[in-house]
Amino acid sequence: MTNPTSKTPKLTHLQRLEAEAIHILREATAESERPAMLYSVGKDSSVLVHLAQKAFYPAKPPFPLVHVDTTWKFSEMYAFRAATAARVGMELIVHQNPECVRRGINPFDHGSAMHTDLWKTEGLRQVIDAHRFDVCFGGARRDEDKARAKERIISVRSPKHQWDPKRQRPELWQLYNVRRSPGETMRAFPISNWTELDIWQYIHLEQIPIVPLYLAAVRPVVNREGTWIMVDDDRFRLREGEVPVQKKVRFRTLGCYPLSGAVESEADTLTGIIQEMLLATTSERQGRLIDFDSAGSMEKKKQEGYF
Amino acid sequence: MDDESNLIARDIEAYLERHQHKTLLRFITCGSVDDGKSTLIGRLLYESHLVFEDHLAQLKSDSAKVGTQGTDMDFALLLDGLTAEREQGITIDVAYRFFSTERRKFIVADTPGHEQYTRNMVTGASTAEAAILMVDARKGVLTQTRRHSYLVSLLGIRHVLVAINKMDLVGYSQEIFSAIEQEYRDFAVRIGLQNVTFLPVSALKGDNITALSPLLAWYQGPTLMEYLETVPVGDDTAQSAFRMSVQWVNRPNLDFRGFAGRVVGGSIHPGDAIRVLPAGTTSTVKRIVTMDGDLEVAVAGQSITLTFTDEIDASRGDLICAADSPAEVADQFEAHIVWMHEDEMLPGRPYWLKIGTRTVGASIAPPKYRVDVNSLDHLAANTLQMNEIGVCNLSLDRPIPFDPYEANRDTGGFILIDKLTQNTVGAGLLHFALRRAHNIHWQDVAVNREARSSMSGHKPGVLWFTGLSGSGKSTIANIVESKLHALGVRTYLLDGDNVRHGLNRDLGFTDADRVENIRRVAEVAALMVDAGLVVLVAFISPFRAERELARSRVEDGEFFEIFVDTPLAVAEARDVKGLYAKARAGQLKNFTGIDSPYEAPESPEIRVDTASISSEAAADAIIDLLRARGTIR
Repeated sequence: MTNPTSKTPKLTHLQRLEAEAIHILREATAESERPAMLYSVGKDSSVLVHLAQKAFYPAKPPFPLVHVDTTWKFSEMYAFRAATAARVGMELIVHQNPECVRRGINPFDHGSAMHTDLWKTEGLRQVIDAHRFDVCFGGARRDEDKARAKERIISVRSPKHQWDPKRQRPELWQLYNVRRSPGETMRAFPISNWTELDIWQYIHLEQIPIVPLYLAAVRPVVNREGTWIMVDDDRFRLREGEVPVQKKVRFRTLGCYPLSGAVESEADTLTGIIQEMLLATTSERQGRLIDFDSAGSMEKKKQEGYF
Repeated sequence: MDDESNLIARDIEAYLERHQHKTLLRFITCGSVDDGKSTLIGRLLYESHLVFEDHLAQLKSDSAKVGTQGTDMDFALLLDGLTAEREQGITIDVAYRFFSTERRKFIVADTPGHEQYTRNMVTGASTAEAAILMVDARKGVLTQTRRHSYLVSLLGIRHVLVAINKMDLVGYSQEIFSAIEQEYRDFAVRIGLQNVTFLPVSALKGDNITALSPLLAWYQGPTLMEYLETVPVGDDTAQSAFRMSVQWVNRPNLDFRGFAGRVVGGSIHPGDAIRVLPAGTTSTVKRIVTMDGDLEVAVAGQSITLTFTDEIDASRGDLICAADSPAEVADQFEAHIVWMHEDEMLPGRPYWLKIGTRTVGASIAPPKYRVDVNSLDHLAANTLQMNEIGVCNLSLDRPIPFDPYEANRDTGGFILIDKLTQNTVGAGLLHFALRRAHNIHWQDVAVNREARSSMSGHKPGVLWFTGLSGSGKSTIANIVESKLHALGVRTYLLDGDNVRHGLNRDLGFTDADRVENIRRVAEVAALMVDAGLVVLVAFISPFRAERELARSRVEDGEFFEIFVDTPLAVAEARDVKGLYAKARAGQLKNFTGIDSPYEAPESPEIRVDTASISSEAAADAIIDLLRARGTIR
């Protein structure tokens, strides 16, 4: 963000959030031996990568991007992932849980909970252990749900990657304790204090590339339990008599395509999205089916090591 | 929100432009358990139309299931996120909430009321610019209210709103409100809180949250929302002297050397003179580098990268200051400490101390006093338990740059980290460095090595006598000790045979046991040196490695290796204790010189050739050496 050049520029809230995130990125990187940035291809990840570029400019960020893949992301996400890695010049590590590949774990046969647990939770543990990453940056935000609202910016995970909400370290001022005992790893969340609106506004102001799926377009979808699910490839299992319809939809959050609900929308520009979001009456994660498996589900997933 | 909604619908670009220039207020809510903090914030979000429909639906269903308000909506459930606390009906951690109005964007830390979670309140308070203190109108000012008020004051929050809640349960009585206000004002004066505002509310019923309540017609001040939208977002740090801790030295290539960090005080321009502390190196700012292009000015709060006109040496942990207004540099301090861990503070134990981007070793003296947060009395204390606050002296292993906390939170606030578990165990606020006058006081609470040494009038040291059994080590050591004693030197003689009767009675004569024997003696000798003594150690100590270990346990110049060099034949011929005979007869295994090696010193401080010099003369030579080296006068 370009700064006003008046004598004592007043920082806007976005400039403050940006500066805080850069501070966290530098601090956790400086105090780790093998940092990595978890990259989900979503809009928050796009912002995180942009912030990492700013934090270490003119050098490149001194860590790789790590995508814990499920093979079930939207094809547009895979294209965007490749383009991003090439554009920013950072190493991209893609990990697919080999056990899941072998067993062909998918949301249709195994359900969203098992699918997510094996591909993402287990996959994340595998890639962290394999590369011995000690600090992993993630794009989680405290406004996403109530469990995340209470997590620290620097979050300790046990050698088994578990999060214990009762054993969190106090975080004061801008002092982050990134020190680890043997076997412990850290998750660092530089955009903890950003809201969804902050993210969109920042993407708008900074002209950060995002996956086009966030913008409304005519897409083939089917209605499942009141949510529009996109038929992204021929692996999608249509139910008896189910026929995809062409609807102008967009996605508020992106994950595995059979688990990501789309909303009908005319917003095919960034400002259009922001406008719709601000006038919306439901919260962002509603389109993400995995959080609704059971009460406190995000908290359970975090304890198990999911982001 | 309606005007705002219209603008969003009509002209999103205009809205975004306006939203972009909103200011940011971070505030904290605190007070006793059940005072209704979570309910208040939940109500604030609800009244501001900031609760989404799905959240509201969830809230309605949760309220019916576990709510504490009967059929009414339990707004606290909007905030109490963790399953455990939903079940127990209490808040057990800090929850951060985000909302914005037409005028401002807010980050609110909702913190626990329970005493065992006070550390979390301190966490929330450390970044807050304003505090809402909840008081239950039926209960008035309680212990927790005082404790939290004191913390708010201690952590330097400039603006305090005392929200006297549950007015609906006291018949909206002005008398009750005024009585609590008066009681609190008296307390606020004593703890130095300024800018205190009082507001009667009912979080449950929504009185005075976003609109003045007709039931509280006697109150004329701002509503809660008005207060939050207008309280000054004080940029005190912008007015102070320039400060930036170096986080990262950026060297993408040989032509660029940048120092990355976040400005935590004042402002900086290209051409400004700076000083890097603790080294004191000076230079001039060449560029303020960002990915968006070079800046003409950077202010407190911004993350930047600086380059200088000179090739100066600065690294992570250094503090870059305005050259004409540098921070102080010291290694001993007085500080307030808030203890945050179940394991009590251990005075004397080494902890890590992190301040800015610098982490150093620190040891804490026993508290000068502990603060009773009810009476504000200073109580005697040997340690601090979790949630206790005390004033202690700190001693660091290296000097650090700092400002008093009152002047700058970021250069005066620190955390303490346990070296074993790596947990954050305490937080502290630096007030001032201990200088000469204060050092006299320092001796009362943590007498250090220099202090002990200056009292005894000589330096401490180790005289390490090594040599074969029967070489004369103990004889010479005894004479040296007598002479030193006569000179007024505090001494102690550690004799191999004597120590093996006590401390090391569990050890035999294998190589492993010999190593352990010497290791223990070396540690004991080091302790005694720390206590200010001249220690005489008379041990065979056959291995070089262990003697080097003993040397490494004390400072340079404090270790004197004395090789009592007696040929094996001579020692064996003397055989004062009859041991050589036994060894030769095979009755004594692992006897040095017979069936266990003796590694003679390569460069001892003194070599005593017992064949050509008497024990008395050897002792005199040793005393002369101690004089020459300044250990004794």
